[in-house]
Amino acid sequence: MFEAVLFYLFSLVAMVSGVGVVTMRNPIASALSLVVCFFFLAADYVLMDAHFVAVIQILVYAGAIMVLFVFVIMLLNLRDGDHLTFNDIGRRSVVGMGTAGLLAIGLFTAIGQLPVLVPAAIDLDPAGPAYGTIAYIGTAMFEGKFLLPFETVSALLTVAVVGAVVLAKKEI
Amino acid sequence: MESVGLVPVLCVSVVLFVTGVAGVLTRKNALIVFMSVELMLNAVNLSFVAFARQNGEADGMIYAVFVMAVAAAEAAVGLAMVILLFRNRVTVKLDDLDIMKG
Repeated sequence: MFEAVLFYLFSLVAMVSGVGVVTMRNPIASALSLVVCFFFLAADYVLMDAHFVAVIQILVYAGAIMVLFVFVIMLLNLRDGDHLTFNDIGRRSVVGMGTAGLLAIGLFTAIGQLPVLVPAAIDLDPAGPAYGTIAYIGTAMFEGKFLLPFETVSALLTVAVVGAVVLAKKEI
Repeated sequence: MESVGLVPVLCVSVVLFVTGVAGVLTRKNALIVFMSVELMLNAVNLSFVAFARQNGEADGMIYAVFVMAVAAAEAAVGLAMVILLFRNRVTVKLDDLDIMKG
């Protein structure tokens, strides 16, 4: 019961700050709103016993990626962004909101079908004490079928670093 | 999370994902469009973790870790592209970047 209250509270904050990312006028405010969203999503991960994913969420997303975003925003000195104007609704806003609304209807319908498709979708087994720890995930990753994808991701990150340097540097 | 179940988590995930889609489709600032993409990736991560928790397996969490790695790579390359665009065109408004329009 207490967990459920915490989950709804954290999810509410995450959703509100997620809406803030899209509606804020200032890109810095948008980025900080996204950081808040990431932190509360990490809290949700902790509630779902995914401790390692929660820590990685804070370290990589709220730490590294968002620092990069804030750094670029401040580097480019973007002061006044555009924002969603509710008084003069343009064609872009109507089309975008309509598409997003249709997508929401479709996805919620899919969730409504879920208990039919997966009969045990409501019941959650109590997780063992080792579930979600680094040892649990590491064992599953390196002894299972994820060894090759893991190495591929390391190659992808190397390519991304080289690509970012090549793109952003004036002359190499 | 035995008291919540899978469906509310997926509903939160849908709300976040649709918010990100709306941001991608309506905003003009390239950086905010990037942040909306990150929001969509996080929504997918949330449902990955929820399904992993429901199945009691590690696969969903491993997918979430991979998604984060790909998001980090995407952010690095994407922000480098934004800096390059800003250096060449002195704007990050996506409406002004239509030189490839046929």
